[in-house]
Amino acid sequence: MIQPEQQAPDFTLPDQDGNEVSLSDFRGKTLVLVFYPADFSPVCTDQLNVYQEVLGELEQRGVALAGVSVDSAWTHKAFQAQLGVSIPLLADFHPKGEVSQAYGVYVEERGVSARALVMIGPDGNVLWAYRAASPLEIPGANLIFDALDQQQAA
Amino acid sequence: MPTSSSTPWTSSKPPEPGPDDHVHGDGPVVVEYADFECAFCAKANLLLAELPVRRVFRHFPMTSKHPRARRLAHAAEAAALQGRFWELHDSLFADQGRLDDPHLWERARTLGLDLDRFEADRRSDAVAERVERDFRSGIRAGVTTTPTLFVDGEAHPGVPDARLLARLNGGGV
Repeated sequence: MIQPEQQAPDFTLPDQDGNEVSLSDFRGKTLVLVFYPADFSPVCTDQLNVYQEVLGELEQRGVALAGVSVDSAWTHKAFQAQLGVSIPLLADFHPKGEVSQAYGVYVEERGVSARALVMIGPDGNVLWAYRAASPLEIPGANLIFDALDQQQAA
Repeated sequence: MPTSSSTPWTSSKPPEPGPDDHVHGDGPVVVEYADFECAFCAKANLLLAELPVRRVFRHFPMTSKHPRARRLAHAAEAAALQGRFWELHDSLFADQGRLDDPHLWERARTLGLDLDRFEADRRSDAVAERVERDFRSGIRAGVTTTPTLFVDGEAHPGVPDARLLARLNGGGV
């Protein structure tokens, strides 16, 4: 998995509306990429809902969030609507898992991304990276705030 | 919702039950983070109601998924100010299909609440802050699903399974 101080690999992926989103679009902001295995699995549902609840607080601190899974843009669109979240969902669909692989969070034998969080600083370098021990472990929003506080204290 | 960059959202264990908490029953302590518009919470409520446990209820409204969740939490707090938290709590979980304002008024009337006071209280800043305090303590404790139960400091996400229920029922593990 990618580690702090490494340069975050650039990417361009379609979001749930088919718009192309690149890492460089977030330059000057702190971005948290939320890698997760699949749309519509009940555990993911709650993870993105919880992050949505604290999104206002994160935005105030200059942080943007984006979800990433190997699902297609159209699946993302339906999933985002069902969850009622505004966090953009990026489709790492074709070539499948290419961005997840670049970040070292692709689970080859299952063909999906691991559940992982990667915080990228305004300069494009990785600030913090966290991979859940299993797909059943859902990283709480508290971990994002912990990482932010550590960055601000450093 | 009160937010400020100076107030922490960072990791912290769920606070010990205190005088401001909604506490009910006797036995092993179960701290429960739940949402009144969550069917899994309603199910967990039925299961926990059967057990000899000391329940501590904390609000964890998932507004993006459950648009009424925060308003229902506020209503429960307004009922609490008239000493009827658990009655409205049970009433909301018992009938998840009727959660709009007219249903809340009907429930409040059935419980014998002072309706004018209930209406003022459920829209008050104090009640909103009370709910927000619970929600934030849940975020800080890493809650990512409703319900999440804390037993002996250990988190149990989701509807309690047979093993946890047996343990809480004095059956050990």
